[in-house]
Amino acid sequence: IMENINAKYVSQKISKTRWRLVSHSSLQQPDIFATGSWDNEVNKISFWSIGNHGGSDTDDGFEGDPQLLCEYKHDGDVLDLQFLDQDRIVTTSSTGAVTIFRHHQNSQTISVSHRWPRAHRYPCDNAPCTGVVCSSPEIVTVGEDGKIIVFRADQEGVIRVIENADSSTIHAVTYLRTTEILTVNSIGQLKLWDFRQQSDAPSQILSLSGDRVPLHCVDRHPNQQHIVATGGQDGMLCVWDVRQGSTPFSLMEAHSAEMWEVHFHPTNPDHLFTCSEDGSLLHWETSTHSDMPSFLQGGRNNSMISRSAMAPAGGNQSLISAWLSGDSSKGRLETTHMLPSQTLSVNSLDVLGQCLVCGTDGEAIFVNRQVPV
Amino acid sequence: MEEVDVEPAVTNIPAASDGKHLGFAWGPGDILVYETLYKASGTCCSFIHEVRKDEDIYSPNLRKLFNESHHIFVGLQTIREDLPSKNKKPQFVSISKNYRSVIRACMEELQQVAASVLVLQVSILLAIELIWNLCESLTLSGSLLLHLLDWVRLHKADVDEKAAEVLQSESPAEHHDYWDVVVSYVLQGRLEEARQMLVKQATLHPAARKMYKLMDTLLSKMPFYNPGGTQTLTEFDVKWRHWHGEVNRCLQDNSFASNQHLEIICKIIVGDEDTLLEHKELLSTWYHFLVTRLLFSHPTVKPTELHYYAQSCMTMFLDARSVPEPLDNILLAAFEFDIHQVIKECSIALNNWWFVAHLTDLLDHCKLLQSHNLHFGSNLREFLLLEYASGLFTHHSLWQLAVDYFDNCPEFGRVYLGLQIEHIPLDTERKALKVLRICEQRQMSEQVRSICKIMAMRALRNNRLGSALSWSIRAKDAAFATLISERFLQDYCTRGTFSDLDLIDNLGPAMLLSDRLTFLGKYREFHKLYGEKRFSEAAKLLLSLMTAKIAPRSFWMTLLTDALPLLEQKEVGHRAHDNMDKKRVLSSLSI
Repeated sequence: IMENINAKYVSQKISKTRWRLVSHSSLQQPDIFATGSWDNEVNKISFWSIGNHGGSDTDDGFEGDPQLLCEYKHDGDVLDLQFLDQDRIVTTSSTGAVTIFRHHQNSQTISVSHRWPRAHRYPCDNAPCTGVVCSSPEIVTVGEDGKIIVFRADQEGVIRVIENADSSTIHAVTYLRTTEILTVNSIGQLKLWDFRQQSDAPSQILSLSGDRVPLHCVDRHPNQQHIVATGGQDGMLCVWDVRQGSTPFSLMEAHSAEMWEVHFHPTNPDHLFTCSEDGSLLHWETSTHSDMPSFLQGGRNNSMISRSAMAPAGGNQSLISAWLSGDSSKGRLETTHMLPSQTLSVNSLDVLGQCLVCGTDGEAIFVNRQVPV
Repeated sequence: MEEVDVEPAVTNIPAASDGKHLGFAWGPGDILVYETLYKASGTCCSFIHEVRKDEDIYSPNLRKLFNESHHIFVGLQTIREDLPSKNKKPQFVSISKNYRSVIRACMEELQQVAASVLVLQVSILLAIELIWNLCESLTLSGSLLLHLLDWVRLHKADVDEKAAEVLQSESPAEHHDYWDVVVSYVLQGRLEEARQMLVKQATLHPAARKMYKLMDTLLSKMPFYNPGGTQTLTEFDVKWRHWHGEVNRCLQDNSFASNQHLEIICKIIVGDEDTLLEHKELLSTWYHFLVTRLLFSHPTVKPTELHYYAQSCMTMFLDARSVPEPLDNILLAAFEFDIHQVIKECSIALNNWWFVAHLTDLLDHCKLLQSHNLHFGSNLREFLLLEYASGLFTHHSLWQLAVDYFDNCPEFGRVYLGLQIEHIPLDTERKALKVLRICEQRQMSEQVRSICKIMAMRALRNNRLGSALSWSIRAKDAAFATLISERFLQDYCTRGTFSDLDLIDNLGPAMLLSDRLTFLGKYREFHKLYGEKRFSEAAKLLLSLMTAKIAPRSFWMTLLTDALPLLEQKEVGHRAHDNMDKKRVLSSLSI
């Protein structure tokens, strides 16, 4: 697994990487991904190609570096980035702006399609806009100002604002259903919002009992819509069932520092990927005999083992605590390190088909075309 | 003060007029300069100028160099000390090659960009790689000469370009560069290739076949010393002298007199200095001349003798009028195995500490550097790493790399890091979290507190009470948590309701961080109980709040006012104990 991955140094710290969508029906592997940078005097968004044209590739997973197609200046850090459709991306900025960029494939140029310059703000200051999720033409953003804002890609103004959605920073947002979203904040709460309701209050608030550890990322299971995974400051991976109860039913030690992103594999949800400030990217894989992946069966029936492809640098702590008593061998969860050790923080990852891309604070992009899913 | 090694460079401040005074202040990597008058009033230029020595750090092309070499550096530090040196040596060589390939990759990219301003950068990188490669070659065991030959060949790529051009032409042997290529091959000791080229010439001149055959034989029989083989140095020396004598005889016999080119080649391989010097253009550098001269005159040169030949070659090669350049002095110092001099010269000649810091670190790991302590407490390796890392720290983005360098400076690294990390601008929470993580991992508790306080204050100013509380929890800052609670309570007093209920209702164990915060949480709980008409529990809670004395004095009136309606509720039962507590509270209030 380690041989299939190589670093491409790009002279910018990467805050976000996202694959361009491919249609589900075709068996095509993803070809193009977008990145956003942060902490630069001049930040950029860039489009890259890995040259997958059509299905069959050679056995050698690594065929060459990602090639830069085009790039464009971005005002402020790119705090989040999503593809709106095949040609457009939405970015959110540390200046509080929300911008739609269009990628012109024929000329390999980029233009600004629409911009909401101070969408998130304080009365006398900018407020970074921390997260975005979209389902064309609807765009939902969240920010350090605790607001939730709904836009439409084709309309000038703002569709809806929930002003005091949160008294702390909202770090991430994702769709639960077409009219419901989930947000996570820096006092460790997972909140459900139903847009069909007029009121500005969340329909449900879930949190861990115990310390209010800030949560940084959230993702929903692609098929079972009540299953949600979150990660936060302490590097723990939590899996929640939003129908039942207000606490997660699965807690796993994953990383030794902030977990920045968590992703279920979109077509193979037995696989989960997390990346962290501690410089690691983990691939979680269940091999159960039942229909339901083990980390969804709740704490009771699992035994979890850790199988790292390479020992962590410095021989540090084990990643998975042997959890739970009771009946083992109903399900097994294995984790694998996907990057060589000693990278700086892995800020972002995306996985589609058999391809995984991630970006780091070491100004490197890693692409793996043969993820075993 | 000690004498300076070189005259200091003069930098003109453009906007400052003649005859004016300049004031200045040192920064971490630069100087701030401003015009000043020593009078009470008067006008003067109102600019502040930033003078910076190291521009390279802002070059977008060199960033890859910094990042990739950081990765190599961190890997190098983890090689375990206790491994026997025979296991470590190949690893060190491999790391040295990694560094060099990173330099080369950067150089190739710069060359592709082809802007005129980058030509200087390319030539600097070229020089750096040359020096590094030489240092690496000089530390390798085995035949010194063979390593030097490799080194020269690697840095003289134009021979292959020319050769390719000649070979692709219609009739290579008649190409105008043909003989240049052959001679260049010979000068580099690439005799096999020279022979192959000569064959083409030989076929064109069948009449001179015997002469070409003779040259071919001479070239094929030149002995090369292979230290790994069975031949001892003495045996090689004997063989070589024998061969050398044979070549000399050919010269004396005028065997090649009829062919000027072959005659030249013969003179070269016999080591005739004048002939070598006639080909300065093909040699192009004095160190190429050195290696060629050694190859054909002193193939068994020992490392200790190297500097003598180096000095004389440089003198012979350079004209009387031309002054040795900094690069020449550095290479000379390398040939003398004077590592300290190499480093010193490089430090002066180069803008940026990158090269000397990484090279010194590698040499230190190889135990090739005698560490003598400098005046200010740390050794040379640490000094250079600190300088390099401090420079990185002034960069808006590369500061993260600097952290690992400071970590590997045992004497002062921590102090440097502690001082500089507080000056990183924190525009977003995301960045603040990363900086905090760095401080927490190194138990820099003062910096943690300071950063959290800054972020919490900012949040408070923007009325983000939940965020402010989150920062106080991280820093375990009870005082700030108290401040936040006061804000909530003030809000309640002015508005009559609580704001940010999502926060207060879900404080959890964080409530215990400060008394005031606990009070806030419990007070809100009281309101909830009252709202749910659970009056007896509400009353109990209210009483405990009053007796526990965690309520701020300013709030006691409010609490009493809250108690009044409860007294009217029939369900509230009084036990004698409660009565006594109430009296105690009332009496303490009246004081």
